[in-house]
Amino acid sequence: MSKELIRLQDLTMEFEGERVLDAINLYFNDHEFLTLLGPSGCGKTTTLRIIGGFLTPTSGTVTFDGQIINDVPPYKRQINTVFQRYALFPHLDVYDNVAFGLKLQKLPKDEIDRRVTEMLETVSLRGYENRRIDNLSGGQQQRVAIARALVNRPKVLLLDEPLAALDLRLRKDMQNELKRIQQATGITFIYVTHDQEEALSMSDTVVVMDKGRIQQIGRPEDIYNEPKNAFVADFIGESNILDGVMLSDYKVRFFGRVFDCVDAGFAPNEPVDVVIRPEDIDIVESAQGHLTGTVTSITFKGLNYDIIVDFRGFKWLIQTTDFHGVGSTIGIRLNPEDIHIMHKSEYSGMFGDYSSYSAEYDELTEDAGDEEE
Amino acid sequence: MRKNNSVLLSTPYIVWMVVFTLIPLGVVGYYALTDPATGEFSLRNLRELGMYLPVLWQSVAYSLVSAFICLLLGYPVAYYIAHTSEVAQKFLYMLVMLPMCMSFLLRTLAWVGLLQDTGLINQLLGLVGIGPLRLIRTPGAVVLGMVYNYLPYMILPLYSTIVKIDGRLIEAAEDLGCNGLQVFSRVVLPLSAPGILSGITMVFVPAVSTFYISQKLGGTDTILIGDVIERQFKQGNNPNLGAALSLVLMLLVFVCTGIMNRFGEGGDSKGGVIV
Repeated sequence: MSKELIRLQDLTMEFEGERVLDAINLYFNDHEFLTLLGPSGCGKTTTLRIIGGFLTPTSGTVTFDGQIINDVPPYKRQINTVFQRYALFPHLDVYDNVAFGLKLQKLPKDEIDRRVTEMLETVSLRGYENRRIDNLSGGQQQRVAIARALVNRPKVLLLDEPLAALDLRLRKDMQNELKRIQQATGITFIYVTHDQEEALSMSDTVVVMDKGRIQQIGRPEDIYNEPKNAFVADFIGESNILDGVMLSDYKVRFFGRVFDCVDAGFAPNEPVDVVIRPEDIDIVESAQGHLTGTVTSITFKGLNYDIIVDFRGFKWLIQTTDFHGVGSTIGIRLNPEDIHIMHKSEYSGMFGDYSSYSAEYDELTEDAGDEEE
Repeated sequence: MRKNNSVLLSTPYIVWMVVFTLIPLGVVGYYALTDPATGEFSLRNLRELGMYLPVLWQSVAYSLVSAFICLLLGYPVAYYIAHTSEVAQKFLYMLVMLPMCMSFLLRTLAWVGLLQDTGLINQLLGLVGIGPLRLIRTPGAVVLGMVYNYLPYMILPLYSTIVKIDGRLIEAAEDLGCNGLQVFSRVVLPLSAPGILSGITMVFVPAVSTFYISQKLGGTDTILIGDVIERQFKQGNNPNLGAALSLVLMLLVFVCTGIMNRFGEGGDSKGGVIV
């Protein structure tokens, strides 16, 4: 694997006595695409701003290439940033925005010209050199911001929710674009987002944060398949989270029934959180099911239906391609690999019950986290 | 319906403008172009203007110097106010406004009291064995009076421009390699250009036409165009020449603000000049 480039050690940040980062330990490898993922106020933007040099941590160290850079001002760091809502210079045109950093380095004019042109080519903005910033669309401004940062060939590019202001379609395109640019340039990307789908589809490594602490670090697949606690399970995708007891290795009991599972290493009879993803659940005739329940609502989602099923008062979300009318009784089967066991945590009991589920609520929360700090 | 309402609402102001601005302007034009003795159409007044050109240039020079000094003094103040806490901003803004609540004449007279040969400053200097210095009736005193009286007109537009500069632009500049000085010269200063232009205009326009400051604080060598105009209407009893001079002054101000606005268009046109 590639070498370590940045290390955060016991990083703590307090604003007026309020702790927003609590002993963060994290390292970033060269050439990596790492995403800090979490809800508003989780500390992800603060972490990014500390790496960029815009904030000095209350305690702890930031190490860059083996050197502590806590007090190095932003302009002396080999790090560039793509800011939330871009922060392009309104008094300069596209060309001068992109050339801004190179002019400061006092490079020869023809080299500046060559690199700016090349970079505008990369972000598909050739021909826009003399456009004013306010005559560009959101997506174009976004690409100018990326070009302005990347043209300096930084070691690390920080991206603070760069796609949050774009509409869904453009966001998807830009995700692919960013991933392509990152792979082509080999520059380390540190990406901040509250959008779990974005994080999963783009990153090599995802760091899930909440309440100023790291909840889990891992590859997107691992984060999704093996969430460490109820917060991660709920934040990444949809999850039904139930109380269970780990009887022994590979045996878990919930809903008064013992299931086979693939997890081990828990204490005998340890109370645990059991995660079952809505898309992993097989629906069968009620007679053949491990459990039977009643459908209480059904929502068409395009690819599938989201149905809410009542199992003895606990409501599960199940995703299915077949229609099951409200009031019908269904059975479910759970395969051992569909069941994921987690230790109890401070988040136990807070997530994973779909009693108050509504499709509208889902959409509302998705937009809520757009603005941070 | 909507349109009728807006016409109705703007009627009082339109009437006001016509009665108290447009008609008087016409009167000024009429006087400027008629012979004082016969009342017939004549270019005599305009021909006489040539001899007042030196005074006109002197007025422009004094006003520009004052505007420039106001800029040098006002910019740091405006910058400072724009970067303090919101509570402090409101308080300091009020302090800047405060002198404007006092009579302009009173403020200028107060300077007479301070600067005259037996004034407070010379008395204090006398205590330490200096002076008395000749402070009043000097070009410096006139510039001082202009700067003192018109400084708020510089600070306020500067402040409102600087306070609107997005903090993230400054971070972006730092991020791209600007040290403190470069952040200022490459981002903050260009983005405050609309405020600078607006401030210069707002100081220049009243300063170039003032007569009170130069009469009270200036001497015989600091006569400004405003004094000359006033004299034509009062002692000189030649309103026709006064009107012609006013007309020229007005044209000069129009041309100056026009040039400033043209410059301003390169920057943020929304910042606008408020004159």
